[in-house]
Amino acid sequence: MITFWILAILLIASAVFVVTAKKPVYSVVGLLANFLALAATYLELQAEFLAVIQIVVYSGAILILFVFVIALLSSGVKPFEVGPDRAPRIAVPAVLFGALVLAGIAATVVGANTAALRGAAGVTGDANAFGSVADFGAALFTTNLLPFEVTALLLMVAVVGVVLIAGDEGPAGIVRRRKRRSLERESIVKRERAVR
Amino acid sequence: MIVAPENYVALSAVLFTIGVVGVIARRNPLIMLMSIELLFNAANLALVTYARAWVNNVGHIFAFLVITVAAAEAAIGLAIVAVTFRNLPHVDADDAAVLKG
Repeated sequence: MITFWILAILLIASAVFVVTAKKPVYSVVGLLANFLALAATYLELQAEFLAVIQIVVYSGAILILFVFVIALLSSGVKPFEVGPDRAPRIAVPAVLFGALVLAGIAATVVGANTAALRGAAGVTGDANAFGSVADFGAALFTTNLLPFEVTALLLMVAVVGVVLIAGDEGPAGIVRRRKRRSLERESIVKRERAVR
Repeated sequence: MIVAPENYVALSAVLFTIGVVGVIARRNPLIMLMSIELLFNAANLALVTYARAWVNNVGHIFAFLVITVAAAEAAIGLAIVAVTFRNLPHVDADDAAVLKG
């Protein structure tokens, strides 16, 4: 019980820090704390494999990607420049909307069949093996093999999409290159005119 | 002593709400994306909670798929952010208004 409360406070505090931090890098640090606390919560909930995946995929891969993009966007002469802060103006309506969302979730949960929500009615799995990596793997590679394979397709499509969007070889990249070249030509013409 | 699922569901709802407020209130696209990750995580927490309540690991499978989708979303979202804001003076979601009529 005490672990739950410690983790809950950690999770909420780090989430609030992510949302309120001034600079994106601070948000990344808050998000890291959030992910680690969530992994601990998964362990508490007997989801061993998901706890490991949470650390490897989220804290390992996704956060590094965020850090790289922050570095890329601030790689110019100036440090990372954030636009004028409009947060104060929109904060009150946003919090009000958030309260509305919370009330909606609460109403749905309270209005639902509480016995079903607590799982008291239908215990389907093997309580002893539940949550172990072996149990998870067996379910993933037998009953749920098709969704697992579709996952591979999804990741491949995502990688191809990223290369098309951000790479210099795709259609968007070709347009960018053409624009860059015409800009260079313009600047050369300007320089020649100045010399004359 | 096992904590009742209600506590975890309430925690998940609170985390989801914080994420929603982050997406709406912040105009920095990177922090908006991070808030979206918070939303994914809140949903995952609810899935894992119910998986334990029902002693059924389909919830775990579903959370696993959500993590995969979140990874794909983060990769594509960050690529779009990087391409869009490389040539803009500020990193501000309101500045990306090229399609605005």
